[in-house]
Amino acid sequence: MSEDGIRCDGRRVDQLRNISIKVGVLKNADGSAYIEFGKNKILAGVFGPRDVHPKHMANQDTGILRCRYHMSPFSVTERKNPAPSRREIEISKVLKEALQPALILKDFPRTVIDVFVEVLQADGGSRCAALDAAAVALADAGIPMRDLVSACAAGKVADRIVLDVNNEEDQEGQADMPVAIMPNMGKVTLMQLDGILTADEYKTCLQTAIGGCRQVYEVQRRALVERYFESGAQ
Amino acid sequence: MESVILDQLKRNKILDLLQQGKRLDGRSLDEQRPLIIETGVIPKANGSARVKLGNTEVITGVKIQPDKPFPDLGDKGILICTAEILPLADPLVEPGPPNEEVIELARVVDRGIRETEMIDLHQLVLIENKSVVGIFIDSSVIDSAGNLFDACSYASVSAILSCTVPKYEIKDEAPVLVEGVTSKPPVKTLPVSVTMARIGDYIIVDPTKEEEACMDARITITTNSAGNICALQKGGSDGFSVDQLLKCSEIALSVGTKIRKKFEQLM
Repeated sequence: MSEDGIRCDGRRVDQLRNISIKVGVLKNADGSAYIEFGKNKILAGVFGPRDVHPKHMANQDTGILRCRYHMSPFSVTERKNPAPSRREIEISKVLKEALQPALILKDFPRTVIDVFVEVLQADGGSRCAALDAAAVALADAGIPMRDLVSACAAGKVADRIVLDVNNEEDQEGQADMPVAIMPNMGKVTLMQLDGILTADEYKTCLQTAIGGCRQVYEVQRRALVERYFESGAQ
Repeated sequence: MESVILDQLKRNKILDLLQQGKRLDGRSLDEQRPLIIETGVIPKANGSARVKLGNTEVITGVKIQPDKPFPDLGDKGILICTAEILPLADPLVEPGPPNEEVIELARVVDRGIRETEMIDLHQLVLIENKSVVGIFIDSSVIDSAGNLFDACSYASVSAILSCTVPKYEIKDEAPVLVEGVTSKPPVKTLPVSVTMARIGDYIIVDPTKEEEACMDARITITTNSAGNICALQKGGSDGFSVDQLLKCSEIALSVGTKIRKKFEQLM
């Protein structure tokens, strides 16, 4: 990072990468979204509420949510083995738990909502970008939601707290903290951290990430408005 | 159906008690269950520990052996933590490939020890980019009664502290064991993981299985000896407010200091 706080990709410390979201990009899915978040290119598709298979997973009292985060073999520099890695299984779990508080699943007992996320190209912060797309895809599917879920990471690079850590910064950086919030309910639904932070830095980092989430929320909201109110869609 | 009603009844009972500042087993909200650490329980391992955290019990063994470094990390030794819940630990656990809970458990334990930089991995290099020493820390949950994250983490840290590291020499570019020479592991800091559950508006430390069954959300925060926050994982099907997250970090630091004293006695 340069003296005046300009980062390796030309951004300021408090600046997000470019984000664009397109809603309703898949014909077969009940809801879908495509996000470009910096160099991340990620598709999210939602199916359901639908019958649960295997049947023993069904819950009489509530609908259930399943989530699969998967990276394409060509999404990273070295080819990735297409079989789900332990990292992808963990991310699938934290994404599910980040989306779940926003969904009103009680209305759909004995059914499942499946969220499939495919990372076509990865560039640091892919779990946050995946979550941003998944939340919009759930809204596109018409699933009743209490709020959207907006995600963004903050981190510590060259002793400074920066917003939206990219791949190079993540490799060289001192800490990475992905965060997701329900912006209107003020609830943090995803949070992870690796790297060393003082108690004060922890606080600043969390607040920086939340600030980023709020900016992401505006992009998500605009993408939904564009799909349903401006482009003449039914 | 029966279990849903029971869980709801238990949740009501637990919440009633929390309003009075109490818990089912009589602990205060920020009090851990008794922690018992025993080291050197598996003499064939390079280091080992058996940890009881209340009724949760974990055995961890450390194996140290020469290995090839990761391609992009040729100047560092290898550190891998795993964790599994044995089928004998819980009536609901079945043998088979690990499910997402178990994978998360192993990865959170690993992250705590890796991100605090507990072990100086640079000191484990035999030939740069070719040959390094690997430290493999494998935890087995043998009795599952809640908060497996902290129990596995404490057992892993204790097992590492009890380690004797064998010496390897390079002969003809291959590592050879030097008999009878061992050293202490290059420990830089002591990671302490503290797991908390949110039930309603209450944050409780070290949840039992009953408390986990009715919690809204969970958080595990690992701190180091210098009082920094080094690793964190939120879990569970609901979230936290920002104030709660800040409070959790304070609890993790204060509870962590107490546990760290136990680790210091092992050194």
